Amino acid sequence: MASSEGQQHPLSIYYWVWGLLFVVSGFSYGVDYFQLQGSLRWTLILIFMFVKAGFITAIFMHMTWERLALQLTILLPPVLLMIFIGIMAIEGDYTFLTRIEFFTESDFVPVYHNSVTPH
Amino acid sequence: MSETSMTETNELLQEGLTGVVGDYSADKQSFHVPWGKAMMWIFLLSDTFIFSCFLLSYMTVRMSVQDPWPIPSEVFALSFGGDPIPLILIAIMTFILITSSGTMAMAVNMGYRKDKKKTFWLMFATAILGASFVGMQAFEWTKLILDEGVRPWANPMGAAQFGSIFFMITGFHGLHVSAGVIYLLVVAFRVKNGFYERRGNNYEIVEIAGLYWHFVDLVWVFIFAFFYLW
Repeated sequence: MASSEGQQHPLSIYYWVWGLLFVVSGFSYGVDYFQLQGSLRWTLILIFMFVKAGFITAIFMHMTWERLALQLTILLPPVLLMIFIGIMAIEGDYTFLTRIEFFTESDFVPVYHNSVTPH
Repeated sequence: MSETSMTETNELLQEGLTGVVGDYSADKQSFHVPWGKAMMWIFLLSDTFIFSCFLLSYMTVRMSVQDPWPIPSEVFALSFGGDPIPLILIAIMTFILITSSGTMAMAVNMGYRKDKKKTFWLMFATAILGASFVGMQAFEWTKLILDEGVRPWANPMGAAQFGSIFFMITGFHGLHVSAGVIYLLVVAFRVKNGFYERRGNNYEIVEIAGLYWHFVDLVWVFIFAFFYLW
């Protein structure tokens, strides 16, 4: 636990995570290779992404073994990005609607996002 | 600080939330890691926000374009004599980067075991894998610019913004990989010629360089998911 001695862990844990990252990467490539579509595709992409990101941060970057103060300092600020994503999603929808409203010909039939209802 | 006073401090440290308050309000230091490692983490945190801003602007652009977004699966397909295989080069690049992350993790471990030779060769292998990643990216860019006519302002496949987003995000990531290759080579050769051995036989720097390298891999995980697969 004491970081002054450095991070020393059994090699087996690295081999396991290494193998796991390979398998999960294979799965995420499979999502594209087998052309899964719709919400199944997006859910799988996100799950595989977070599994990979989690294992890299936790094991390879040794975050699991750091003290809570360092963990919180590094991992909490990115949570703010969730709010940022929300704000920019609203902005993106708004821009899309504005473009439909002002920049399109009357006979143009746009492809709507799921979240946007035409009026 | 002498060795004894360091251990005394560590014994006073508490766990959990009390530990957080204690660490932050302590007189001497908040993070009980080598300062270089704490600074690398802070740097990576700021880098997280830079890449997040890129991916966020990509999201905003993609949500608001009216022209169809080019299908990455087809744009980045590559044929080896037969039918084009979707995203194959990107998949190979992904596996190369994961392999390099693994060799880097092993290098860090060998560094703490004071095994100079293995640390050097594992770091060297990591750098070579990183360099081959950049090489493939250069190939990908060349193919996209020359064969498919993608420009930052236009492309024949669909939404004009595709090019600017692609070059910006993958370019910035490629720059990180290139910088990482140089960083790793510098540290690797210093390990080899005994630079750290003479300075108290301390190989923390290998872990710090490793943090940077794993971060580059981490960013690629997000780029792969959002730009290439979505």
